[in-house]
Amino acid sequence: MAEYHLNTPLNEEDTRKLKAGDVVYLNGTIYTARDAAHARLVKLLENGEEFPFPIKGSVIYFVGPTPPKPGDPIGSAGPTTSYRMDSYSPTMLKHGSRGMIGKGGRSQEVKDACKEYGGIYFGATGGAGALLGKQIKSAKVIAYPELGPEAVRELTVEEFPVVVVNDTYGNDLYQLGREQFEVKD
Amino acid sequence: MREVEYNDIVEAVKNMIMTTATNLPEDTLEYLETAYKEEKSEVSKKVIAQLLENAKIARDEKRPLCQDTGLAVFFVRVGADVRVVGGLLKDAINEGTEKGYTDAYLRASTCEPFSRANLKDTVGYNLPAIIHFDIVEGDKIEIEYAAKGGGSENVSRARVFPPAAGKEGIINYVKEVISDAGGNPCPPITVGVGIGGTFEKACISSKHALFRDLGTKNPDPEMAELEEIILEEINKLGIGAMGMGGTKTALGVHIEANPCHIASLPVSVNVQCHSSRHTHITI
Repeated sequence: MAEYHLNTPLNEEDTRKLKAGDVVYLNGTIYTARDAAHARLVKLLENGEEFPFPIKGSVIYFVGPTPPKPGDPIGSAGPTTSYRMDSYSPTMLKHGSRGMIGKGGRSQEVKDACKEYGGIYFGATGGAGALLGKQIKSAKVIAYPELGPEAVRELTVEEFPVVVVNDTYGNDLYQLGREQFEVKD
Repeated sequence: MREVEYNDIVEAVKNMIMTTATNLPEDTLEYLETAYKEEKSEVSKKVIAQLLENAKIARDEKRPLCQDTGLAVFFVRVGADVRVVGGLLKDAINEGTEKGYTDAYLRASTCEPFSRANLKDTVGYNLPAIIHFDIVEGDKIEIEYAAKGGGSENVSRARVFPPAAGKEGIINYVKEVISDAGGNPCPPITVGVGIGGTFEKACISSKHALFRDLGTKNPDPEMAELEEIILEEINKLGIGAMGMGGTKTALGVHIEANPCHIASLPVSVNVQCHSSRHTHITI
């Protein structure tokens, strides 16, 4: 298990060196999107319409934060369950997005897309919203404000702690970890 | 007949919601600390350490433990000798919910089933609350509250078995539900199991079982034993904290059982994430 400190946007050289189980601290700009925003973003890509942020090398965080308290950039902001984005993520990766942050397992299609396009699925600790929110230094809604917590936000993060779950070689940390600790009768 | 002011209930519910969002209950903290000591996987141990640090940040800085501040779920036992003056009890609970979620900067997570439109500006901020009422003896109002997140709710399931399925069928079913859920419900989890009753009674019982503090047992020794057996079986699955692999997939299994129809054996499995935000008050 290696440890890396990476800046966004991620390039293919960055992602190809990562292995399932590696600990990564992300720095720079990342973007938020959940189910409702993904449905709209993927439609833009399919129709070749203008995209609200530079997709090449982008990292997408699956999160719907709590509202900020006065003086804070954002409230609590831990990951949501990722399988709900499974049908959209391959299209995002195909168009150059290179990282996803969420929690929980992904479909074979997403794992295959990670291999093909050099993408990484990072796991953040679900339910650690207070801790993760503190690593977000600025937040700005850049698309779909009407979606409330589900709007697309541009975040600046510092040393945002994640673990590589699906790497570009088809490895899956959830599967590997479980196999190691499963007790068969 | 004892009388309780509507506004006193609004205030009590508001305070309950605000405190619960930022303070992990003592039972959950204690069980997470033990899990940290006993967990065999280094990765899972790291995750649990983050959860304990998160709980400290949330409490010290009054930040929500999790961005999913849940739907507000209540079990309310109303004494037959008490009445609310100045409005309906149900309205007071909803009003307290809205105030608590707004004042503590919690997330409004209720929406229309298909359009997914958020209800904060139409029905109310994170309204309606989910409220289960019961009438009991006495002149008190007892309110149990939990903030129920979506990730763990999404993996919950119910099924009506034929009686022949028996204990074995139930053990296997709960294992199957938790195995399929993997890391999605944010383990280490608490598992509520409703057994017997009718289809909906089993579901409500499995929810109520999650309001019990960790470390408490079902008063029926047969059910208490079944709780232990299922817990042991779940922890053999190897799922671990956040699904990273490990020995502490569940912190507890809570069963609530009811008499059922001679033709059926209903069972419901309701899952609670590690951020088990629950509390109760008596007015």
